[in-house]
Amino acid sequence: MSEKIKEYPGHPLKAEDFKEGKVLTTKWRPNAKYAWSAGIAVSRFLKELKNGRIIARKCNKCGRIMVPPRMFCEWCFKPTDEWVYVKDTGRIITYSISYISAERGRLEKPMVVAVIEIDGASKNMGILHKVEGVDIEEAKDGKLFGMRVKAVWKPPEEREGAITDILYFKPLEEEG
Amino acid sequence: MSIEKIRDPRDIKHWFGNMEADYIYTLGVAGERFFREIKENAKIFGAKCKKCNIIYVPPRMYCERCFEELEEWIEVGSRGTVYTFTIAYVDENGNHLEKPEIWAFIKINGTEGGFIHKLGEVKAEDVYIGMEVEAVFKEKEQRTGSITDILYFKPIE
Amino acid sequence: MIKNRVAVVGAGMTLFRRRMLETGREMCWEAAKMALDSAGLTLKDIDCVVLGTAPDAFDGLHMKGEYLLDGAGAWRKPYVRVYVGGGTGVFVPIAGWWHVASGLFDTCLVIGEEKMSPCHPHPQYAFSTIWDPILTRPLEPNLIWIFALEMHRYMHKYGIKKEDIALVAVKNKKNALDHPCAQIPAKITVEDVLNSEVLVWPVQRLDISPVSDGAAAVVLCSEDVAKKVTDSPVWIDGVGWCLDSTYWTNRELAYPKYVEYAARMAYKMAGIHNPPKEIDVAEVYDPFDYKELHHMEGLQLARKGEAPKLTKEGVTERDGDLPINPSGGLLGVGNPIAAAGMMKVCEIFWQLRGEAGKRQVPDARTGLAQAWGDLMQVGTVIIMRS
Repeated sequence: MSEKIKEYPGHPLKAEDFKEGKVLTTKWRPNAKYAWSAGIAVSRFLKELKNGRIIARKCNKCGRIMVPPRMFCEWCFKPTDEWVYVKDTGRIITYSISYISAERGRLEKPMVVAVIEIDGASKNMGILHKVEGVDIEEAKDGKLFGMRVKAVWKPPEEREGAITDILYFKPLEEEG
Repeated sequence: MSIEKIRDPRDIKHWFGNMEADYIYTLGVAGERFFREIKENAKIFGAKCKKCNIIYVPPRMYCERCFEELEEWIEVGSRGTVYTFTIAYVDENGNHLEKPEIWAFIKINGTEGGFIHKLGEVKAEDVYIGMEVEAVFKEKEQRTGSITDILYFKPIE
Repeated sequence: MIKNRVAVVGAGMTLFRRRMLETGREMCWEAAKMALDSAGLTLKDIDCVVLGTAPDAFDGLHMKGEYLLDGAGAWRKPYVRVYVGGGTGVFVPIAGWWHVASGLFDTCLVIGEEKMSPCHPHPQYAFSTIWDPILTRPLEPNLIWIFALEMHRYMHKYGIKKEDIALVAVKNKKNALDHPCAQIPAKITVEDVLNSEVLVWPVQRLDISPVSDGAAAVVLCSEDVAKKVTDSPVWIDGVGWCLDSTYWTNRELAYPKYVEYAARMAYKMAGIHNPPKEIDVAEVYDPFDYKELHHMEGLQLARKGEAPKLTKEGVTERDGDLPINPSGGLLGVGNPIAAAGMMKVCEIFWQLRGEAGKRQVPDARTGLAQAWGDLMQVGTVIIMRS
């Protein structure tokens, strides 16, 4: 390849070429708005979040208790069978510390996000959420793996039936 | 097989959101040259494939049929023929237009290409397929290197 | 069942850069034309075309496959666009393989293309709809969160340090110095990686591949045609692909099971029983440095948790026992999502033909290219032999 071919095609540009108007452009901003259906399982999940509870769905064939809940089991490919309330405590199975926002700007304060295995659900049934009240340096040292945490909820009147009805998870103080 | 039913419509949740992004498109190797000619000189160019004997308007970097690179560019002029047309009574969001707009595909004479564009300085009932038309450009200071540098096509007397 | 043995007979690619003047179509044409020329074929010789390109949201173009069609040489031909996120780059030659192996066509042009630069403020924003809109997007995530979560889990489970992972970035960026299309080749050190900007701990700036525009293409032929076209066809002897669900918070992130399943499918087809011994050179998907290690283990090229050891010992260098990413990978050459995997396929093709110049791995007879993507869920593997 490199021996037989001398030149590779392409006309690269730099960011300055755009700013200085050296290259012509067309701009467009799409205005697409969406109303996503939550579906049967997640509609109930959100309703229970409003009540300060986390609900899961059980498949009697494989025995998994699943969070987020779903109306069919993707392993057994059959409808799931029961609703099961699970706890709002759990264990951190992995986490990271974000210094950047969704638009790639810098955050003022670093934010810990984690996958939290929920107590009462099957092994590895985690949900993504934020974690607060932890020491960032300890977090960088890998100390948060396996840490027990508990959900901190919005006050009942502020809940709207959304994943953000849980503000974040915080370290659980164990009794003796 | 039992399937859960939701009986109260207020239990069906919807989550609202949007997809937000801004897009800035480059015009490409061929497009950059084509629109510079329109911006600077109000000239319309085409690209000729000698092998297939086609002139592409707008010009392309390559021939879609034989895949050869197109290096010969020809000024094709701004005159064309109405290949087909329609009269729009609603805008892109479906709202009623005060004044109906005439949109046409104008084939540039002597080529296999042309433009979708507006027809102007003509009444809707006078438009016909095969009508000879000519591009009307914006003043040079107002041209930006865009398809809208052509205001519309008007009938040739 | 398989009617034809399939060979790769030509390859081509454009430069990979952060922003290119070319439209997506023009990049397709540049890569496709180069591939055809290198095989001594013209568009008339091509029976069908398969194109891979990732989210329409990057270019802001609906029906992107159809838009790119003429640049892909597919004017009035049987044509299909395939897409499995980052896995597309190796999935597209697999889809091309079906076309020829089935006996339906004798030749197939395969192209991977991506133009990420039109999306502002940053192409990463186009990924915002990869998340579950109800349970995840309200938390305002950015894409690097999931990589960081996966990387951290992998490090924790096997006790791997950042220094060990950074060696991959150092190796690949160094290898890319010898790749003529490379976007960010560089001589860096482990300290450079550890001192680079922290984005989402433990991911730092030099752990990540760049955003790119680019395209790459190959020409596939059935055995009969390949023998007429070239003296050195490169045979596709194994293909494999596998996907997991998007419930990524419900699985063990430290090990990519779906990559293992895709690899086993390809190894079975190719008759490979001892991958680390029988594979001479591998191009393993490396959008982040830790992913090369993660995938090496999924591909059964290293035992679980042991890939960093092989890297430290120099086994994965070009002159080692199992060269990984001699091209420079995504970390060095660039990451135009669907074209990146195709770049790896082109690299294996050139390696197995002895045409890789300064990047050449000695005595390469059996090569593997792997891609991965979507929401941490797809593995695609292709095995080639000269």
